[in-house]
Amino acid sequence: MADLLRQMPCAADFFTTLGLAIPPAEQSPAAYFVSLDAELLEDLGLEREGLEERFFAFIGLLESLQAGRSNALIESITILGGHDKSGRPEEFDLTIRPGEIVSIVGPTGSGKSRFLADIEWLAQGDTPTGRSVLINGELPDPGLRFSIDRKLVAQLSQNMNFVMDLSAEEFVTMHAESRMIEDPPGVTRTIIDLANELAGERFSPQTPVTALSGGQSRALMIADTSCLSTSPIVLIDEIENAGIDRKRAVRTLVDRNKIVLMATHDPILALMGDRRLVFKNGGISTVITTSPAERANLVRFEEMDARLNAVRHALRNGEMIEDI
Amino acid sequence: MRLVTVAGPPSSGKTAVTIKAIASLHREGVRVGVVKFDSLSTQDQSLYEKQGIAVTTGLSGNLCPDHFFVSNASDCLSWGKELGFDLLVIESAGLCNRCAPHIQGVLAVCVIDNLSGVDTPKKIGPMLKMADVVVVTKGDIVSQAEREVFAHRVRQVNTSAVILHVNGLTGQGGHELGRLLLDAPETTDLEGKLLRFSMPAALCSYCLGQRRIGSDYQMGNVKKMDFPKGEPCTP
Repeated sequence: MADLLRQMPCAADFFTTLGLAIPPAEQSPAAYFVSLDAELLEDLGLEREGLEERFFAFIGLLESLQAGRSNALIESITILGGHDKSGRPEEFDLTIRPGEIVSIVGPTGSGKSRFLADIEWLAQGDTPTGRSVLINGELPDPGLRFSIDRKLVAQLSQNMNFVMDLSAEEFVTMHAESRMIEDPPGVTRTIIDLANELAGERFSPQTPVTALSGGQSRALMIADTSCLSTSPIVLIDEIENAGIDRKRAVRTLVDRNKIVLMATHDPILALMGDRRLVFKNGGISTVITTSPAERANLVRFEEMDARLNAVRHALRNGEMIEDI
Repeated sequence: MRLVTVAGPPSSGKTAVTIKAIASLHREGVRVGVVKFDSLSTQDQSLYEKQGIAVTTGLSGNLCPDHFFVSNASDCLSWGKELGFDLLVIESAGLCNRCAPHIQGVLAVCVIDNLSGVDTPKKIGPMLKMADVVVVTKGDIVSQAEREVFAHRVRQVNTSAVILHVNGLTGQGGHELGRLLLDAPETTDLEGKLLRFSMPAALCSYCLGQRRIGSDYQMGNVKKMDFPKGEPCTP
């Protein structure tokens, strides 16, 4: 046991999460499970048979988590069109690669959520839309569907909140530890610094996450997702009102080689996309490639945005808003 | 007929996700029935009815709802067979974290929600640790980081279950849950089948209606706490 715990300190979590004492150093896992008191097991809601098997499954999980970091990354995701709610076929095959931004537009109920669910579930013609998803141009391994440590989609949206009673530093450290990365304090510092760059107003590592403003929360979520989430796809749902440098936030994710899917009607964000998917009646009706003229307009939208921001800033400082 | 038990703490979203999964199965023409267990009263019957789902309710009154469930499990199965369902879902009352209504050889689903906090998976007994499918709900209102930590903690206590995120409001993930429910093994008879784990033991004088406090009034399966020794506070 001592050898095992030296090689893999996290293995001790198996015992603590089940409410068991850490086995003595000289005992083998099997001998330890045999030695446990029947009444104690009953109280903890555990059965002796199967404990050893569960322990080795747990070790297997830790090994796969550690190995997962060096795994070959996803090079592309291809979505083969299905049909909309009326059965009309979708005429597109879409391949997206890491570092690309794809915007998603369309009214509520037009099928945006279903599209993301299709990607997350790795649809193989077995969802209501009949779409199929390929990874690196091939049929994905079915085991990937249920693998929580290789989950494809990370999600960030306006109505998400932090609910834990922890400081920003404790919070990010806890996430880093669950990812089993090597330097949690270092990563935590990086994430909090990055979040502070994205947020309009600074916060300290000791600030409780529940006390962060909307903009600060969003900034911390984006910084955390870009550095710690293993999901290759990040879905951003409506962050337009978040009060953060949203262009920079999206760039941060793309720079980390994420595929960014953005459901947004904010012109600055939507036109940042290389392509945009137009949803109607549960299906993708068109795929628009952002044109050079649109890109040129983006510059003008950014100027307007900067002017509005300057007014916001002036208001915050108690200035008069007469000359604009 | 396929049989599924759905358990989970109170307000975790058992009924909401079951309804979303069944709605998706209905579209494919699968005939589904539900037995809902509860203790005093339940609104869930009408929630199912509103969606056009065949449902019946078992109210346990002053009995432990999970003991009541096991006593009636075979009858639930007979009811489902009589009405000719393809799939029968039995939803537990979900009152205590220790209860274990799951049956060997019957697909066991546990529903827990992200809002209950990241230490919750540790605190839930066989209901979670021995489930085949763990449905995690309310992911739309917590951060991505919390969802990831929560799923990791679930994985720590149940290394083999399928973990699925379902949104009980929008139904995202409901279709996928429906597919998993349809994979449940056929159950023709429950007579002689085993629960996956023993229910919390009972049978003390309080089970039998005693209301008075004191050791003279305690009989049967009584367990006493250990208190730490210490110096009394100085005045």
